[in-house]
Amino acid sequence: MAKAPLMDFDKALELFEPVLGFEVHVELNTATKMFSTAPNSFGRPANTDLAPVDLGLPGSLPVVNEQAVRYSISLGLALGCQIAPSSRFARKNYFYPDLGKNYQISQYDEPIAFEGSVTVELEDGTEVVVPIERAHMEEDAGKLTHVGGATGRIQGAEYSLVDYNRAGVPLVEIVTKPIYGAEHRAPEIAKAYVQTIRDIVLALDISDAKMERGNLRCDANVSLRPRGQEKLGTRTETKNVNSMRSVERAVRYEIQRQAAILASGGTIRQETRHWHEDTGTTSPGRPKSDADDYRYFPEPDLLPVVPAPELIEELRAALPEAPPARRRRLKAEWGFTDLEFQDVANNGLLAEVAATIEAGASPTAARKWWTGEITRLANVAGREASDLIAPADVAAVQALVDAGTLNDKLARQVLEGVIAGEGGPQEVVDARGLAVVSDDGALIAAIDEALKAQPDVLEKIRDGKVQAAGAVIGAVMKAMRGQADAARVRELVLERAAQL
Amino acid sequence: MSEITPELVRHLGVLARIQLTDEEVDRLTGELDVIVDNIAKVSQVATPDVPATSHPVPLENVFRPDVVSETLTLEQALQNAPDAADGRFRVTAIMGEEQ
Amino acid sequence: MSDLTRLSAAALADALAKGEVSSVDATRAHLDRIAAVDGDVHAFLHVSDHALDVAADIDRRRAAGEELGPLAGVPLAIKDVLVTTDMPSTSGSRILEGYMSPFDATVVARSRAAGLVPLGKTNMDEFAMGSSTEHSAYGPTHNPWDLERVPGGSGGGSAAAVAAFEAPLALGSDTGGSIRQPAHLTGTVGVKPTYGGVSRYGAIALASSLDQVGPVTRSVLDAGLLHDVIGGHDHRDSTSLTDVWPSFAEAARSGARGDVLKGLRVGVVRELPDSGFQAGVSESFRASLALLEANGAEIVEISAPHFEYGVAAYYLILPAEASSNLAKFDSVRFGMRVTPHANSTVEDVMAATREAGFGDEVKRRIILGTYALSAGYYDAYYGSAQKVRTLIQRDFDAAFGTVDVIATPSAPTTAFRLGERVDDPLQMYLNDVTTIPANLAGVPGISIPSGLAEEDGLPVGIQFLAPVREDARLYRVGAALEALLEDAWGGPLLDRAPALTTRGGVS
Ligand SMILES: [Mg+2]
Ligand SMILES: [Zn+2]
Repeated sequence: MAKAPLMDFDKALELFEPVLGFEVHVELNTATKMFSTAPNSFGRPANTDLAPVDLGLPGSLPVVNEQAVRYSISLGLALGCQIAPSSRFARKNYFYPDLGKNYQISQYDEPIAFEGSVTVELEDGTEVVVPIERAHMEEDAGKLTHVGGATGRIQGAEYSLVDYNRAGVPLVEIVTKPIYGAEHRAPEIAKAYVQTIRDIVLALDISDAKMERGNLRCDANVSLRPRGQEKLGTRTETKNVNSMRSVERAVRYEIQRQAAILASGGTIRQETRHWHEDTGTTSPGRPKSDADDYRYFPEPDLLPVVPAPELIEELRAALPEAPPARRRRLKAEWGFTDLEFQDVANNGLLAEVAATIEAGASPTAARKWWTGEITRLANVAGREASDLIAPADVAAVQALVDAGTLNDKLARQVLEGVIAGEGGPQEVVDARGLAVVSDDGALIAAIDEALKAQPDVLEKIRDGKVQAAGAVIGAVMKAMRGQADAARVRELVLERAAQL
Repeated sequence: MSEITPELVRHLGVLARIQLTDEEVDRLTGELDVIVDNIAKVSQVATPDVPATSHPVPLENVFRPDVVSETLTLEQALQNAPDAADGRFRVTAIMGEEQ
Repeated sequence: MSDLTRLSAAALADALAKGEVSSVDATRAHLDRIAAVDGDVHAFLHVSDHALDVAADIDRRRAAGEELGPLAGVPLAIKDVLVTTDMPSTSGSRILEGYMSPFDATVVARSRAAGLVPLGKTNMDEFAMGSSTEHSAYGPTHNPWDLERVPGGSGGGSAAAVAAFEAPLALGSDTGGSIRQPAHLTGTVGVKPTYGGVSRYGAIALASSLDQVGPVTRSVLDAGLLHDVIGGHDHRDSTSLTDVWPSFAEAARSGARGDVLKGLRVGVVRELPDSGFQAGVSESFRASLALLEANGAEIVEISAPHFEYGVAAYYLILPAEASSNLAKFDSVRFGMRVTPHANSTVEDVMAATREAGFGDEVKRRIILGTYALSAGYYDAYYGSAQKVRTLIQRDFDAAFGTVDVIATPSAPTTAFRLGERVDDPLQMYLNDVTTIPANLAGVPGISIPSGLAEEDGLPVGIQFLAPVREDARLYRVGAALEALLEDAWGGPLLDRAPALTTRGGVS
C-alpha cells in the first residue's frame, strides 16, 4: 500500500488543534471468566479453558463473577469516578466469528463507573488532567488466526481458526472524554495516559497489564480542527496499539497524516485504523457505517448490579495512593534525582522498579537494570521492557552481584539468559557456568603473568601512579574471560606490586 | 401505515445475517407492515412517567464466587463443530476486521 | 396389570413404590404405545435407545433398598427445547439437526436424579415460535383428539404425548403460552411457573425474560409432583429465585379436598373480548365459573385495562430477544453449515446457513426483532413494550389486591385444523391473548381441562393465574376444580378422547 503523505509535526500543530480520546481495555486477572467458571488463563492449548457459555452453546447462561465486579468498582474509584448506584449489562449485537454468541455482553447506558479524571505526569513533571467519561464491564472475544495468504493477516487469508479461550475474559473499558489543549504534547500525553492507567491497575493488582499479551489495549481517537474552528473534526480510531511507545507514535502519525489530507483540501473518513508496529504507520480499516447498528438492549439473562454503599466505601478505603502522590513518595523513598526518577517513570517502569526493590534490590540497582540493560534489550527486540522479565528475577540477579557471584558483565549475560527463557537466574548461572573466579591463587598467577609482560607498570605503581594498575587489571580480566571480580583483581594487583 | 420498505427489510437481513431471497423480502415487507401497524400501539400507553420492566421478577446482585469449575474438554468443545483443525474451529475467509 | 399407559403418574408411582410393577414394564408399555401411535401423532422427534436400561437401573436400585424419589421409575417425555447429553436437541430446527449437548438442562438433570426415565424428545414449533407445532422443521404434530387438527404450540409434542398416553409426564416451556395453550387444545394440564421458579439453564432460549420451563401432565397432582422435582433455585441461572418453595404435590392433594373454594375470590377480566372467543369455549368457561361459585367461590369482575396491549408488547419483546438469542446459530461452533459457493466469505456462509437453516416463522421474527431493536426504533418499540410490561404488572397488582386468582379461558378457540392459520401470522399471534400477560408479568398460570366445546366436541381449558410466587395456590384451586369436574364427568376428560388406531409406529 502506498505510504500516506505526512505533514511536518510542528507545521501540523501550527495549522490544526488535535483533540484526543482513548478507549483502554483492561483485562482483569480474576481466576475465572466474567460470566463463566472457566479459568481466565493465558497461553493454554486452544479451546481447553471453556465453559458452555463461552462457546454460546444452546441453553447456556451467563452468571456474573463477583470478583470482577469488585475489581471494576475499585478501578472506577481509582479513576476518580462515581460508582453507579445501579448499573446493568447490555447486549451489543454483531456477527463475528470470535464472538461465541454473536453478541458481546457489555454495558451501555448504565455503566458501573462514570465521570472521573486521572492526573498524568509528563516527562518534565507537568501534570495533565485527563477527563474520564465512563468505565464499564464487558467480556473479551476469542482469538482468530488467519491462515494462508501472503501476510498471515486477515486480507487474503484462505481460512481462519478460532480459539475461544480468551472469550469471556473480564474486561473493563475505560473511555475518556475528548481531551482538549494537548497541542504538541498530544503524543506524549497519549503515552503518559496509558502508562498511568497501567500504573493504576498494577497498583490495584487487578490486571497483569502486559500490553504485549493484550491485557491492556488502547484505541486512540484523533481528530484535528483548523485553528479557530469550534466544531470538532472527523476522528479516526486507531486500534491494535499494543505498546506504550506505539501509542505515542500512532498519535503523532495520525496528526501528521490527517494534517496532510486536510491541508490539501481532503476530508477525513470516520473509520477505524490499524496500527502497524513494524512500519510505524496506520492503515484504513472498516469505515463507520450504519452497519454499526449494535442493537443494544438490556441483557435479559443478567440482573442489575447494585453495589452496597458499604462495599464501595470498603473498596475506596483499600485503594492505593493516587499516581501523583505515589510518585512523590517513591521518589523521596528511593532518593532519586529528578532526572533519575523521570527516567524510570517515563519508561513506564515505576511498578517494575518498585517490585524489584520490594524483592530486595537497592533502588539504584533496580533503576540501573530496568532503565539500562533491560530497556536496551527490549528496544532491540521491539518489545516492552516490562514484558521481558519478572522483577523478582531482576532482584535475584542483583543479589548474585551483591554476593560477588556475578560481576556486571556476567549479570548482563544472566539477564539475557533469563529473558531468552533459559530459566531463573541461578539456573542460567549454573547452565552457562557464569560464576566469577574467586580463587585468589588463580588470580595471582594471572597477575604475575601480566606484570611480567608489562614490567614498566610495576615501576609506575611503586612510584605511586596507582592508575597504571588498570592495564594489568584489564589483562587479567581478559585472561579470566571476564569471569573475575574486577575490584578483587585490583586489590590483588596492588598487594603483589608491594610484595614484588 | 408503517415505514417498512423492501430496502429496510433487506438491510435488516444484512444485520441479522440472513440471505433473504427477493421473494422473501417482498413477502416480509408486506407481513411486517401489518404486524408493525398492530404492535405500534404500545407507544400509546408507554408514557415517559412509566418505568420500563426488563425482568418480570426483580432481583439484583446475582453473582457467583470467582472459583474455577465445570469446564468443557476439548473434545466436548469441538464435538458439534462443522469444521475444525488444530483443536480450533475453522471458518472460511473473513472479510473485514475484528471489532 | 391393566394398561400401564392409562395410569396417572401418581398412580404409576404408587404401583412402582409398592413393587406391583417394574419401571421396565412401565417404560416398555410406553415405548410400545409410542411405536403404535406416534406414526400418526408425531409427538416425538427422538425416542431414547436406552430408556429400558435406565428403567432397569431404577428397578435394581429399588430392589437394593435404595431410598428413591416419589416419581422414580416413571417415564418422562422431554420437549426438544431442553438440551440432553444422551439424545439430540434440535429445538425443532433444521439448523440444529443432530446437535448433541455436552451438558443436560438443569430440569433434565434433576429429573434423572429423581429417577424419572427419559423416553425421548418431543416435537415443537421451531425454536418455540408458534402456537400449532406446524412450524417444526420435522413436520407437524397431530392432536390425538382429531388427527386433522393441531395440538397447539409451541409444545404440541409434549401435550400430544401425554394426551395420547405415550408418556404420563412431559416437560414443556412457556414463553407466551406454549405449555398452557397446548394443554387447552389437548385436554391436558399445563403449568407455567412463576418466572424464576424453574431453572432455564439448558432451555434453548427463545425470549429470555419470558421463557419458563414447566410440567405437562394429565392431572394437577401429576403436575405438582413433576414441578417438585424440577423447581427451585439453580445457581447456573441468574434469574432463578432463591425462594424455598412448598410442595406443589401437597398443594394439589389439599386442593382436591375442595376447602380452598370456600370464600375464594376468583377474578374475571372485564376487558377480555368475549366476542373473539369461540362459543363453546365461552360456555365451558362460564360453566366452570358457575361450578366454582356453587362450591363457595366468589366471582369478581376485575379490570385489567392494559392486557389489550399485551400481545403488541409481546410481539416486540419476544422477537427482539429472540433475534439476539438466535444469533449464535451461525455455523461456526455447532449446527448446520451451508457454503454457497467456492469463494464464500464467512459472512456469506453465515447468511446462507441461516437462510437455509431457519424456517419462515423464525426468519420473520428475527427480522421483526432486529427492526424493533435497531437504532431509531428502540424507544418507540422495545422501550415502549417494556413499559407496557410495567403497566400489565400494575394491572395484576391491582387485581390481586381484590382477588385470590384470576380465571380466563386458556385460549380463544378449540383446536384448529392443520394448515388453517399457518399463513396468517397476525391471527396466529392473537391466539395468545389470554396466556401472554402471565409471561410479561412473570406470574404463574395453570391450564386444566374444563370440558368439551359443544359445537365440535373438542377440549377446552380454563386458566388460573396467581400472584408471583403463589404457584401453590394454582395447584390448590386447579385440583379443586378438577375434582369437581371429574366427579361430574365420571372420570378424566381424556377418557372421552377417541381411541387412536395402533398402526404405523416410529422405529
Ligand atoms: Mg469501544
Ligand atoms: Zn469494549
